Amino acid sequence: MDHQHTHSASPRELQMARSMCWHCQSEMSGEYFCERCVKVQPVSKELDYFTCMGFPRRLTIDPRQLETKFYELSRAFHPDFFQNKSAEEQTISLSNSALLNTAYRTLRDPIERAEYLLDLEAGSVKQIRNSPPADLFEEILELQDTLNEYRAVEQTSEAESTLRTKLQSERNMLEQRQRNMEAALQQLFVQWDALQDRGEATSQARAERDRILKEMREHLSNRTYVKNIVSDLVSTIG
Amino acid sequence: MARIVGIDLGTTNSLVAYMADGHPLVIPGRNERTMVPSVVAMTDNGLIVGDAAKEHLTRSPERTVYSVKRFMGKSLEDVQGELAYFPYHLTEQGGVIRIKLGEKTYSPPQISAMILKELKQRAEAHLGESITKAVITVPAYFNDSQRQATKDAGMIAGLEVLRIINEPTAASLAYGLQQKTQGTIAVYDLGGGTFDISILKLKNGIFEVLATNGDTHLGGDDLDRQLADLFVKEIRERYDLDLNAYPDHMQAVRLEAEQTKVRLSDAMKTTATLDLPDGKGRYERDLTRDQLESLTMNLVERTLGPCRLALKDAGLTPNDIDEVVLVGGSTRMPLVRQRVQELFGKTPHCELNPDEVVALGAAVQADILSGGTTDMLLLDVTPLSLGIETMGGVMSSVIRRNTTIPAGAKEMFTTYVDGQTGVDIHILQGERELAKDNRSLARFRLKMPPLPAGVPRIEVTFLIDANGILNVLAKDMRTGQSQSIEVKPSYGLSDSEVERMIEDSFKFAADDVSARKLIEARLEAGALITTTEKSLLEGNHLIASDNIAATHTALAALTAAKDGTDPRAIRARMADLEQAAKPLTVALLNDSLIKGLQGKKVSEVT
Repeated sequence: MDHQHTHSASPRELQMARSMCWHCQSEMSGEYFCERCVKVQPVSKELDYFTCMGFPRRLTIDPRQLETKFYELSRAFHPDFFQNKSAEEQTISLSNSALLNTAYRTLRDPIERAEYLLDLEAGSVKQIRNSPPADLFEEILELQDTLNEYRAVEQTSEAESTLRTKLQSERNMLEQRQRNMEAALQQLFVQWDALQDRGEATSQARAERDRILKEMREHLSNRTYVKNIVSDLVSTIG
Repeated sequence: MARIVGIDLGTTNSLVAYMADGHPLVIPGRNERTMVPSVVAMTDNGLIVGDAAKEHLTRSPERTVYSVKRFMGKSLEDVQGELAYFPYHLTEQGGVIRIKLGEKTYSPPQISAMILKELKQRAEAHLGESITKAVITVPAYFNDSQRQATKDAGMIAGLEVLRIINEPTAASLAYGLQQKTQGTIAVYDLGGGTFDISILKLKNGIFEVLATNGDTHLGGDDLDRQLADLFVKEIRERYDLDLNAYPDHMQAVRLEAEQTKVRLSDAMKTTATLDLPDGKGRYERDLTRDQLESLTMNLVERTLGPCRLALKDAGLTPNDIDEVVLVGGSTRMPLVRQRVQELFGKTPHCELNPDEVVALGAAVQADILSGGTTDMLLLDVTPLSLGIETMGGVMSSVIRRNTTIPAGAKEMFTTYVDGQTGVDIHILQGERELAKDNRSLARFRLKMPPLPAGVPRIEVTFLIDANGILNVLAKDMRTGQSQSIEVKPSYGLSDSEVERMIEDSFKFAADDVSARKLIEARLEAGALITTTEKSLLEGNHLIASDNIAATHTALAALTAAKDGTDPRAIRARMADLEQAAKPLTVALLNDSLIKGLQGKKVSEVT
């Protein structure tokens, strides 16, 4: 991955897969259409989604700016506008559009955006996605028991109503917990962006980087875990 | 670029539209009606489509196909529950339903192709040019097999289907073009056989679908059935008569149920009437709108669940919706309007004719594809999650529902055993946890290089194109070589079957034309023979004997040709006979003229 792009603060134009036009072999200057033969150029599959959409690798993105860029690139790439073009151009249009749609979907959601950045910076988050928060371990075990009890108990009985009240308060607690984690993540996003903007190459900056990524990873995986439990709870007690 | 037309291939009716000077127009037929009933009938003189075929519903119900859209991309097992409602005979071959019409069987795409051909001819007659390209609409909630079946139908009809687009989004294009709307809109589309809800964001000419949901087996047909079932039940009780034994009367019941429902959209009460078989007289039944509504309440209610799910998937509440648009003939029902209004808390739009708006939108999309309209762009979504079956029969999602299309995803595959040469891949579509509860789309075998377990790395790309149709590509990451994959559709026609049906359709068309020519020639020859024989009896004393002999010879030649199968030979012998009998014809004419004059006074003639 080319790290130079990540330090650029201004949104840049879409990066091309090659420095040469696939059709007329003239040199490309970073536009997504060849200046000479006006053919659409394939977006490199190796590019990260930030670069692909012309945004720096930051965790705070203005959703309106992102949407504007998405619409602009959709108008450039969508297969609707390549109906009269050659088969090669149609293929490029299709894969560029698919890549653009994935990039937009990923960057649009703050959590997915952070997970993706973590993946880029420090390897996959997939394996640790579901770890329970250490301090909540006991509570969650107890909650699972209560849930099982509730599922077994007779409906509209007194026991059912007691258990339901208990689960409801558990749900409130967990939802609060999830909001707290999201607030903490928001803090980390700001810290990450500030660190990137400073662009320092000191060992202190490197340590700061590693700390932010580590904490982000923890919070993201705990949040996913809590979120899953909450949705399980909601579907059980309605 | 050749003109592209927009086609709404509906369950009950179909339409074709085109763009003229920036405005979409629906093309009417010779009878000035814009809708072609989606009905195909097999008659003694061949296949007929549309209004003429609709008349055969009650005349020859077992040979008249309607609502074929319900069977597109389906297996017989999928529709087991409603088979009893259809008078025509359904079988299955290779996972695809076949409809028996006389001696032959037809797949649903072949029947749909006949409707498409009718629309194609209508457009050609109206525009005075050959039409070979089209945009065809489908319900948003159609799965991959149903979309593919629609595309196949187009090919069989001799149309290049440049785009399959979703009906509610097509409607939004027609509305957006007219009103230059901005904001968030919900399109509620209740047609003859399907229901869709789509939530869209409109901004500066971009139509971005946020979420879609629906039910491909819920529409006006189902509302009619509630009424039809009531009629049949009452007739059984009142007259001790089971109409199920009379397919023609069952069709009359179905049509009267539909008409009763339609009348109750305007009137508060009406009377349904049906002639009964076996001289049992006539069934009459007063019905109020309230009664219809209580019969259909549950079905209308069933549309609200998908509406709520779509809102949830879009991350919106009813308050976030700026406008609601109604599409499909069934939205004329006051109960439907009322429930939609209650759910979204605003009066729905229905300025554009709900029967025509989808076809109009398809014409707009056609114009976008031909480069005419450049300021509008539709970004649609895939309605169902796409996944693959993993160990233990679980579906692993690859592309989630409501993902903007074109959408791509990559999965890496390897081997579990040393020297393994292939991996079987089963592609699914749906939202359920277990593979068996989802729709099986296709299976294919991924070829693996014989290497130690885990060494091969084959990357499979699942790409859903702008039509919502899946394409699969595979690449060996070690060698960089692409692998061609032969995907076997679970519920669709194979490529070779489609090829054969395209050929057949040309052949049938040619057969049909020559058959008709032969029939017509024989009929006319028969008439000429009869009149000539009569003339010979009446006028053989008026002309020379060699003329009589020549006429007899020509008559014999035509009689022989008439039993042959060449219409051109018949026509030639007819011309010969007319020529040979000319003296006879002239003599008879003169004779009758003279005879006529003899009976009249001179003053009457001059």
